[in-house]
Amino acid sequence: MKKTIITVIGKDTVGIIAKVCTYLADNQVNILDISQTIVQDYFNMMMIVDRNKTTKRFEQMASELEALGEEIGVKIKMQHEDIFNSMHRI
Amino acid sequence: MINLFEVTETNKMIEESNLDVRTITLGISLLDCADADLKVTCDKIYHKITTVARDLVKTGREIELKYGIPIVNKRISVTPIALVGSSCCKTVKDFVEIGKTLDRAAKTVGVNFLGGFSALVSKGMTKSDRLLIEAIPETLASTDRVCSSVNVGSTKTGIDMDAVKLLGEKILEAAKLTAAQDSCACTKLVVFCNAPDDNPFMAGAFHGVTEGDAVINVGVSGPGVVKRALEAVRGQDFEVLCETIKKTAFKVTRVGQLVAKEASRLLNIPFGIIDLSLAPTPAVGDSVAEILEEIGLERVGAPGTTAALAMLNDQVKKGGVMASSYVGGLSGAFIPVSEDQGMIDAVNAGALTVEKLEAMTCVCSVGLDMIAIPGDTKASTISGIIADEMAIGMVNQKTTAVRIIPVQGKTVGDTAEFGGLLGYGPIMKVNDFDCSAFVNRGGRIPAPIHSFKN
Repeated sequence: MKKTIITVIGKDTVGIIAKVCTYLADNQVNILDISQTIVQDYFNMMMIVDRNKTTKRFEQMASELEALGEEIGVKIKMQHEDIFNSMHRI
Repeated sequence: MINLFEVTETNKMIEESNLDVRTITLGISLLDCADADLKVTCDKIYHKITTVARDLVKTGREIELKYGIPIVNKRISVTPIALVGSSCCKTVKDFVEIGKTLDRAAKTVGVNFLGGFSALVSKGMTKSDRLLIEAIPETLASTDRVCSSVNVGSTKTGIDMDAVKLLGEKILEAAKLTAAQDSCACTKLVVFCNAPDDNPFMAGAFHGVTEGDAVINVGVSGPGVVKRALEAVRGQDFEVLCETIKKTAFKVTRVGQLVAKEASRLLNIPFGIIDLSLAPTPAVGDSVAEILEEIGLERVGAPGTTAALAMLNDQVKKGGVMASSYVGGLSGAFIPVSEDQGMIDAVNAGALTVEKLEAMTCVCSVGLDMIAIPGDTKASTISGIIADEMAIGMVNQKTTAVRIIPVQGKTVGDTAEFGGLLGYGPIMKVNDFDCSAFVNRGGRIPAPIHSFKN
């Protein structure tokens, strides 16, 4: 199963995780792992998700997440896991 | 499992250090398009390019989105046109016609450059080779996206000095035809020694005759990433420095390998090679010169520059080789002047001269690249500069190239503007003592001896 990585970066505010998770749940995307830190008021989150059940195309979901990010005031990026695997795993 | 630290590192490279895939270049063989009739040849060329490369740009965009990494250029290289057009082109105009067909095909599929208006004449010129070279100025001046290259020498054959002389004249002619645009036609012409068959980078890309029908070659980049990594080891010894460059080059190249394999799968075209080059752009922080400065030079051109560049080039290759299944092309650090802000600054500060650049080309790819010189430079002087650079490649068994622009109406102290990725550059002083008697001799320089290495 190929996974997808979603990163959220921006100024911390109430409800960032809630909004992102709601969007993912509405689209049948399963969250496998979440890690999150806050450095100097800066919110930094990474999610590993499984897109197997969703019917939405990658491009569409990426742009919807980007739009959602703009709404909340953070930057949301969705990438296939292979870019990280190939860079950090031999 | 991938962790937050690794994800952040990769995304910082992309967002803050300009990590990108510089080009996906689709090599297409046009040998099967040759016909005795010019119109039939042009039709076949247009049809083949627009069929094979139909999905290139779209696929590039899909990959960009999937991995979140910019793929700056999607390009095409084709079989050297001097071969494809040899049976149908009887005049210079005929070759210009093929050049225009290539331009049309490039525009239809949406690539920004198409390379391969080329001739391979390292030992001698056929009638067709000569006609193609004669057609270069008009072709480059009347098209937007066609790039041209001529291989005039190799370690095995020596240097064809007749071609070197002819190209000096043609470069000047191309400059004059585009005088109003700062002689920009010359930015699309490269003169090579030991040209590789699988180079994905423009303007020197062509699809060599040793290649298959179609192939995907990818050029990675990332001077900014290397610079950023070196900032963290400032002041430490060469062991640490070299290890850092190698590790960074490995990571950068892995991204190229991933993109190349994916493009190959989606387009159903075999993967050729990854070109391990550090290719700068005019953007601040995307500069090879800045890496050399970070290594410890006040400005590029200072004593130590050649050694630093040799070390950098070697470490990039050592790090990159393991990251990719096939490495080829030019693979090294590019040192174009107009495409690298740090190089431009070094020239303006008086630290960097053409002669020092020539020394630097002995240890890195590719050669005297994107150098603007005074418009009143003589054709024989340009040929002399080409001959010097070709000799370095021939003797050192490496690829060298010259992409030089005699900017019409401008002289030392002025600036030439080429626009976009080609950047801008100060006009550099050229040694103007005469070499015409040398250039005018005619014939060729024999291949060097491959023994008694000293």
